[in-house]
Amino acid sequence: MDIQSCVEVRNEWDIVSARQLGRNMAKELGFGNVDQARITTAISELARNIYLYAGRGKICIEPIDQLGRKGLRIVALDNGPGIREIRKVMEDGYTTSGGLGAGLPGVKRLMDEFSIESTVDVGTEISATKWLR
Amino acid sequence: MGVQEKLDNLIVQMINENQETLKNNWLKEVEFFKEKELIGTSLKFSEETDQQFFAMLIKHINFHDISKDGTLDDFFDQVLHTGLPLSYLTQGLQAARRVVLNLLVETENDKEKVAAVYREIDRWLDPILNRVVENSSQIWERTVSVQKTALLELSAPLIPVFKNISVMPLIGSIDTERAKLIMENLLNGVIKYRSEVVLIDITGVPVVDTMVAHHIIQAADAVRLLGSTCILVGIRPEIAQTIVSLGIDLSLFPTKSTLQKGMENALEITNQQLISNK
Repeated sequence: MDIQSCVEVRNEWDIVSARQLGRNMAKELGFGNVDQARITTAISELARNIYLYAGRGKICIEPIDQLGRKGLRIVALDNGPGIREIRKVMEDGYTTSGGLGAGLPGVKRLMDEFSIESTVDVGTEISATKWLR
Repeated sequence: MGVQEKLDNLIVQMINENQETLKNNWLKEVEFFKEKELIGTSLKFSEETDQQFFAMLIKHINFHDISKDGTLDDFFDQVLHTGLPLSYLTQGLQAARRVVLNLLVETENDKEKVAAVYREIDRWLDPILNRVVENSSQIWERTVSVQKTALLELSAPLIPVFKNISVMPLIGSIDTERAKLIMENLLNGVIKYRSEVVLIDITGVPVVDTMVAHHIIQAADAVRLLGSTCILVGIRPEIAQTIVSLGIDLSLFPTKSTLQKGMENALEITNQQLISNK
């Protein structure tokens, strides 16, 4: 099972489809209820960030298998404005849109692995992994 | 202008003279499409619809523009009512173009005449095709907007349950538009029903992310400003865990796991009791 599935994010309803895709794949892999909720919430945050800040982009979800260790990886890609201060967005409560400012640090806590790469005016790539226990 | 009329006559004459052949070829093409595309579906085709369709195309060329006078719209409605797909209409038009072109190539040797008739065919069929596309997109848009309204009407109801106690059950995903409605209905309802306590039930909300939480916090805060209390109920264990992981602070207002517990709490706040008649 190494099929990667992607959902284009262009409007608010695409966030729902990205979430559904993630939930189905997590269920298939055997994640429990709580981890399913964590994964779908993380996807929701990442997809909403794309919708709010970049306008459009995509969410890709793939099952991974590293030496028998199974997991699910979410990759959020966009060609948006990029993030100027990555350290700041990873702080709780920092927001530029009047939200709660819990999105990215929240995703990091919800998932097991988290990495972010962003270049101003080029785009952002965020990757987050949850391992199956 | 004179040339134009002559050309018009050319195609009209050609089609009328060969009407029977064209019709038979056309029916064969349509039959082929139906067999290929719609096999296995329970759709019933009546030969009558096919006959009507072709008669209309002939009428369009001989008498008047059916894309404007409503004839086409009526036929369109009729087709969709019987459950025939839109592709039946588009394929039918394409088939008409094909059979006429075939006939043209077979019978006419003058290249210029062929080119001229070719253009006339476009003038004959394109208005009908445009009307079909326009009509179907209109129907589509109307359906979507009706459904959207229906959905919005269902999206955030506030129900007065006991004296001074109201409940807002939320089911399904919450987007920005719905969040706005939740806030509006909540505040209007609090005033209208003189609610002292409102319970927001999120049992049916599949995902509570920061955006949803943010909207709920704002709504609860606004209710507080009106002097009432908002209780968040229906928080499932997995949702509780994700809320904690996200670091969302919901300590500003009371929360309960179930609607029942929230209701007990609400009765307490409003100094009411449920007494059973034994």
